[in-house]
Amino acid sequence: MPQTQKKRFALFTVLCLAFAFVPSANAMHIMEGYLPPAICVVWGAVCLPFLVLGVRNINRKAGEQHQTLLMLALCGAFVFVISSLKIPSVTGSCSHMTGTGLSAILFGPAVTSVLGLIVLVFQAILLAHGGLTTLGANCFSMAIAGPLAAYGLYRALQAAKVDRKVSVFLAAFFGDLFTYCVTSVQLAVTYPAAEGGVAASLVKFMGVFAPTQLPLAVVEGILTVVIVIGLETYAARELKEIGYLGGNET
Amino acid sequence: MKQKSHKGLVIALLAAALLIALLPLFLLPGAEFGGSDDAGSNMVAEVTGTEYEPWFTPVLETALGGELPGEVESLMFCVQTGIGVGVIAFILGRWVERKKWTDQLKKTEE
Repeated sequence: MPQTQKKRFALFTVLCLAFAFVPSANAMHIMEGYLPPAICVVWGAVCLPFLVLGVRNINRKAGEQHQTLLMLALCGAFVFVISSLKIPSVTGSCSHMTGTGLSAILFGPAVTSVLGLIVLVFQAILLAHGGLTTLGANCFSMAIAGPLAAYGLYRALQAAKVDRKVSVFLAAFFGDLFTYCVTSVQLAVTYPAAEGGVAASLVKFMGVFAPTQLPLAVVEGILTVVIVIGLETYAARELKEIGYLGGNET
Repeated sequence: MKQKSHKGLVIALLAAALLIALLPLFLLPGAEFGGSDDAGSNMVAEVTGTEYEPWFTPVLETALGGELPGEVESLMFCVQTGIGVGVIAFILGRWVERKKWTDQLKKTEE
């Protein structure tokens, strides 16, 4: 077991490195080729520690409990479904959700970064959506920053004894919004406006993403709560195992 | 234990989600509903004042020698949804069934 684990770990590390140093990319949904190579590499490098940590966590959990793997698969599948749904929004354009809130709440941000990366690679290669060169930046916004926000918020709300379903909703909601905020920042930093620089540019990008994303973030929050209700009903044992119900191990 | 009490809540939540998702279609007839990712690229052009020339094209588009046809793109999105739904249904199905059995087992033991 340790042998195969080591191999798996090595493989994943190589994969991660490949993403960081080849035309690096982990992109929420910054378009292919829209970030200069140097910036791609920087974002890839920023993602690296999270991904490595995530892979280690997954390996550890896989060794402990078989049932936990099922829960992890379910979280990954949830990201697949949710991030594939393009939904019309009030601004007259479509966007899609991230779906990473569930896994951030259940498994923490590190594990989520790996799940998010899988989806991003899928979309970048098969859908020409996002991109391989922007994978690093997109991974940071959708698979790291968003989940981090969701996880932090969920923990804080739980510590403040807010109702669990409300916490889950708010965490998924803000995680989704935050993802798009980070995307805006990434674009603004790369493309400062001719007049007003980064700040003016940021306002513009936010203006595109935020109003579109707001209703979708609500939908994402709702769907996450629904699946959590389902899990609490049918998989209480697994939730206890991963420390969501009862325990407090992350 | 208390899954009964959740039924109404779940239905209400799903209805709300559906409503939020579909309302814009009716509120904004004639809107284009393009992707917000595309809106992003237009914005890049607007902010910098020049049309940005991407330095890398998606591998798939390179392989195809052109853009992915819209219908095929939606097919791929469906495949993605399908994979996800399949996995979720399989796992949740197992757990739902398991709960049924364990509940029955408990009843007969009592």
